[in-house]
Amino acid sequence: MSNQQTIKRITEIIINELKLEDVTAETFNVDLDLVDEVGIDSMDLATIALVLRDEYGIRIDEDDYPKLTTVRIIAAYIDDKINQGE
Amino acid sequence: MITVSSLLDDHWYQRYKAISRLNIRSSIYDVTDRCNLRCKGCFFFSSGEHQVASEERDLEKWKVFVDNEMKRGVNLAILIGGEPTLCLDRVEVFYQRLPSFCATNGLIKVPRDRFPDMMVGISLWGDAEDEKLLRGQDTFKISSANYAGDPHAYYLYTITPKQLGKTEKIVKKIRDVGLKVHMQLLSNDEGVDGFSWTPEELVAVRAEMDALLDGYPETVISSKYYHEIITTGTMLGRPFGWLECPSVTEPIDKRTPRPKRLTNFIRWASDLKTMHRCCTSETRDCSTCKDGAAHMSWVMVNKRAHIRTTRDLQNWIEVYEMFAKLYQFIPW
Ligand code: SF4
Ligand code: SF4
Repeated sequence: MSNQQTIKRITEIIINELKLEDVTAETFNVDLDLVDEVGIDSMDLATIALVLRDEYGIRIDEDDYPKLTTVRIIAAYIDDKINQGE
Repeated sequence: MITVSSLLDDHWYQRYKAISRLNIRSSIYDVTDRCNLRCKGCFFFSSGEHQVASEERDLEKWKVFVDNEMKRGVNLAILIGGEPTLCLDRVEVFYQRLPSFCATNGLIKVPRDRFPDMMVGISLWGDAEDEKLLRGQDTFKISSANYAGDPHAYYLYTITPKQLGKTEKIVKKIRDVGLKVHMQLLSNDEGVDGFSWTPEELVAVRAEMDALLDGYPETVISSKYYHEIITTGTMLGRPFGWLECPSVTEPIDKRTPRPKRLTNFIRWASDLKTMHRCCTSETRDCSTCKDGAAHMSWVMVNKRAHIRTTRDLQNWIEVYEMFAKLYQFIPW
């Protein structure tokens, strides 16, 4: 299970970067499929990846984009990278 | 929060899911600077782009180049020219490596033993009279004989203002040789008299394209939203043009602010070093540009802007599907 703080922070970043309306970090479903339901594309992911890089100091490989399908999965991915000391 | 599934019924949601992860990243390549025609209004020759670089003739360099393009993330090569079929060895370098599309005037047949399933887009500029006036000959006669019934070929019909009222005849001709057609509008880069669009003509051609799509759904690969965008130059109230165009070559894009929604597009000259400004003529005025692919890409990169109403999202899906069909990412 991913760190709850990471999940919350990523949710905030996504809501902010995508300018999502009528939702907060508390009400956002972190298991919602970001492509099939939120409608993000690789350009959105690239933008989010830049913010995450600045915030967490980790690089998200473009080849990994397809598997980063929910906020919970992104959070686990980031926690993993941090734990690996990247 | 509006979600995709909250706007779509199951049928449309399945259509959305079939394209939502395709992530098409195209770039355009001038395969050669030569052509076996010299059409009036051809942007390549009229803007002098055939002279900006000298063709790379070493096939090994083409191979290395294409491999590097794939590393850059390109997953669709759009081959133009000049006339790519004059240099089939170069076309083959692309075709053997990644999904490739060859734009041609159709005078030389792409040999299907070498390129069994490469999508071919055959240019057509109107009826025999217009073709003779603008291109020096009636290319349809030859191209239709070359490609009749070919499942991997379609006509790229550039409608001119002179074609108003005559387009149905052309679509029927195409249907009768067992091919499909995608429509675009002439931008009249060489200012040929009578071939620039007036506002009234744009309204009329939109209605005509809509009627063709309704009347010949098996033959016409298009969408009414595309017709709307290309004839009005607006999408969701935003004007098309230089500031928003996604088909500008990214490494030499000097726009400030640079649009956020770009896909690393490059249009390469045939020396494999020189880059052209955008997918079409360097000298074209963006305010009158009717480039079909640029308009389609503009819609495609703005998906989330269309997650607003059911109709908006359906419009986006139809345009993306149209593009994906034209380049064989999904079946007809
Ligand atoms: S066939 Fe195509 S490349 Fe050749 S002159 Fe005509 S428009 Fe230009
Ligand atoms: S001429 Fe057309 S395709 Fe080229 S930059 Fe201008 S709007 Fe875009």
